[in-house]
Amino acid sequence: MSDTYANLVNNGVGKEVANKLGLPRPAQLRRYEKGQDLVDGPVAVGGLGTAPVAATARTVLSGAGATVVEATAESSYDGRLGAVVFDASAARTLDELEGLRAVLAPAVKSLGKSARVIVIGTPPDQVEGAEGAATQQALEGITRSIGKELRAGATANLLWVDTDAQSDAGSLAAPLEFFASSRSAYVSGQPLRVRKASDDQASDWRAPFVGEVVVVTGAARGIGAEIAKVFARGGAKVIAVDIPAAGDALAKVANTIGGVALQLDITAADAGERIAKAVAQHADKLDVIVHNAGITRDKLFVNTDADRWGSVVNVNLQSQFRINKVLLDPATKGGLRDGGRIVSVASTSGIGGNRGQANYAASKAGVIGLVRSLSAELADRHITVNAVAPGFIETDMTKKIPFATREVGRRLNSVLQGGQPVDVGEAIAFFAEPGSSGVTGQVLRVCGQSQIGA
Amino acid sequence: MSLRDVYVIGGNRIPFARSGGKYLKASNQDMLTAVIDGLVARYGLAGERLGEVAAGAVIKHARDFNLTREAVLGSHLSPETPAYDVQQACGTGLETAILVANKISLGQIDSGLAGGSDTTSDAPLALNDELRQTLMQANYAKTPQQRIKALAKIRPNQLVPEQPRNAEPRTGLSMGEHMAITTKEWGISREAQDELTVNSHHNLAAAYDRGFFDDLVTPYLGLTRDQNLRPDSSVEKLATLKPVFGKGEGATMTAGNSTPLSDGASMVLLSSKEWADEHKLTPLARFVDGEASAVDYVHGKEGLLMAPPYAIARLLKRNNLTLQDFDFYEIHEAFASTVLCHLAAMEDAEFCKTRLGLDEPLGAIDRSKLNVNGSSLAAGHPFAATGGRIVATLAKMLHEKGSGRGLISICAAGGQGVVAILEATSEDNK
Repeated sequence: MSDTYANLVNNGVGKEVANKLGLPRPAQLRRYEKGQDLVDGPVAVGGLGTAPVAATARTVLSGAGATVVEATAESSYDGRLGAVVFDASAARTLDELEGLRAVLAPAVKSLGKSARVIVIGTPPDQVEGAEGAATQQALEGITRSIGKELRAGATANLLWVDTDAQSDAGSLAAPLEFFASSRSAYVSGQPLRVRKASDDQASDWRAPFVGEVVVVTGAARGIGAEIAKVFARGGAKVIAVDIPAAGDALAKVANTIGGVALQLDITAADAGERIAKAVAQHADKLDVIVHNAGITRDKLFVNTDADRWGSVVNVNLQSQFRINKVLLDPATKGGLRDGGRIVSVASTSGIGGNRGQANYAASKAGVIGLVRSLSAELADRHITVNAVAPGFIETDMTKKIPFATREVGRRLNSVLQGGQPVDVGEAIAFFAEPGSSGVTGQVLRVCGQSQIGA
Repeated sequence: MSLRDVYVIGGNRIPFARSGGKYLKASNQDMLTAVIDGLVARYGLAGERLGEVAAGAVIKHARDFNLTREAVLGSHLSPETPAYDVQQACGTGLETAILVANKISLGQIDSGLAGGSDTTSDAPLALNDELRQTLMQANYAKTPQQRIKALAKIRPNQLVPEQPRNAEPRTGLSMGEHMAITTKEWGISREAQDELTVNSHHNLAAAYDRGFFDDLVTPYLGLTRDQNLRPDSSVEKLATLKPVFGKGEGATMTAGNSTPLSDGASMVLLSSKEWADEHKLTPLARFVDGEASAVDYVHGKEGLLMAPPYAIARLLKRNNLTLQDFDFYEIHEAFASTVLCHLAAMEDAEFCKTRLGLDEPLGAIDRSKLNVNGSSLAAGHPFAATGGRIVATLAKMLHEKGSGRGLISICAAGGQGVVAILEATSEDNK
């Protein structure tokens, strides 16, 4: 999964040459390592008006061990900032946005490598009046544009925090810590809605899954294997599922993380029951199910036969419905507990479509529909349902894409490189954290703000 | 000392490959390690210390003197898990299960793995014995002159290596040749042998198709099903094969109705009820009892592969059971005719009276209960791996049925037989 170009222009002579020629130099992104600090440098926090979220953000960030400094229009910063958090949630007029510009610009200028810009707003649908909604919607345009301007691995993201959650640290902690930390290395230019947390479950962001049982489908290789590893790193007992034919690779993954291998075709009629049975061997109820398994059978739409069409939709989407049905039945031993998590893997193909992938895009767009509908349905049971939409990720699958196409996919994004499978795992694990109970019905792109599939 | 119940928790094997096939470059240690790791992953035992691991291989390199222990060290089990090698020809796998079960029953250990591995693709070729003796003499020579004198005895024909032979040392006859004699004695027809063979292939293929092996087999080196399996096998196709064992008119044994040389490994996980509960694992079946037997085939008193009925008779008596008290019969198909000879002998009043010392014959079995998920003719028979394959398969069958009892019978070189009884767990029986 090596990116030869990035390696070349970041090392030795290649680095000098690239600098002299003004070639784009993809940054080496900061990624999570055991014991790593939340942010690499102080966090400047500022806001507009009453800035109701800023106070909450300060509490959360200092609680997570970060040094918090004030961000004002007059602030000057010693050294490089690890992040800037700007609370614009109280802004209701367009004139107020000048205040954002005045405070945020000097802070963004002072950002260090792989630093974070986090803008906080109020969801436009919760704001009265057209100007208020326009002001809040403007934040998305601002954040996305900053994301495209940032260099050296920095990212910009937007948290739209519901009014009833704005002063609730329990609702804000997990999303804020995720976007501030290196776990969101390949997430940029994305808005995420944060609702009031249904239960106040503070969790250690470094080990949020201690004592939990997590099922990951398609875990034998690639993204699925990394998802499994991220959960195991966070303390979970992982039941790694993949088709029987991938059993040897699956066993290696399971043994590496002290998990369990379950050889199972997820399209089997009794797949849900067999997953529940495996869970019941370890706990009464399941905490998290990650629907990651997926296949591609690419062909131009007009040349796609019924088999290519049906198999992709069946594996990538219909299987999720069948499995969820069993796991969501409260009577199922080993089923998903109330307050549990469902996380699916969508794709930027499902958002923007892709040539030769009508079947795949159908299944992945379908995942998005599933997430939005099911999240509302399960809100009473405090079960969250979310999806991650990966962009160009460096895997065995993308290694097979022809060179020119691959280079386009790799570079046409704000961080000038493909993502790593672990980046997808981190985003999925964030959705699954106990602290993320206020995040549901969301689709988060892990694409380095790719222009493809946008 | 009170004895404890012993349970089969599950098992794992790799698909069996045909000799010279997909596992050409895999050693016994490679295969055994892969099988242990697959089992460790299935039951979430990474880093766990088990009571012991017992396994073996029939055809073994000299360097593999500690084969099982080396496999454990290469696996994800705790390196503090002791291990030892067992060798009882084709009975190896089942014999290890009996050994481990006995220790668990006695309370000496709480859990263990039992199994075996064999490869005829990575078979040891030894130095020609005359050459070896010459070199040994040269090695012990005290003076250069003595050494030169010793080395001068080397002849070109000594450069041909010793190959392991599939023949009985005391008779010089291959196993197939022995079996052909017994087959003729019992008048087993070609048709009956081919029919049994076809059933084996069809049953095994159907079991794979319905996902029966999803939690019994871990793919290895690109093989996901047994390489020897022919789902489209038919009596008509088998009828076209020429006999390879026996001579002339009466020869009935072909390459089709004999097991091919094959490579593979298998393991079963055995434990006490307490250990299973502690690990939240559901036992598949109870390991009830086992028995071994041996016959004097050297002096022609009995057929080489006819020992199992002797063990079965003793085992049934000890457990107050009749041959008809079983829901499944797993009779290892060394050759189709082996199974048929055993069945014929156990039905035969004269054999049962004079040879087994029984007043009544053991009787016939319901053939629909025989090898219902296929056996060695279809799966292949890597000698020491067969016992583990059968124990795990039968245990799962009993668990699926939820009640009943199964009999395992395996014939072995040297005129030996190893048999065992499994039954559904009492929880299943409820």
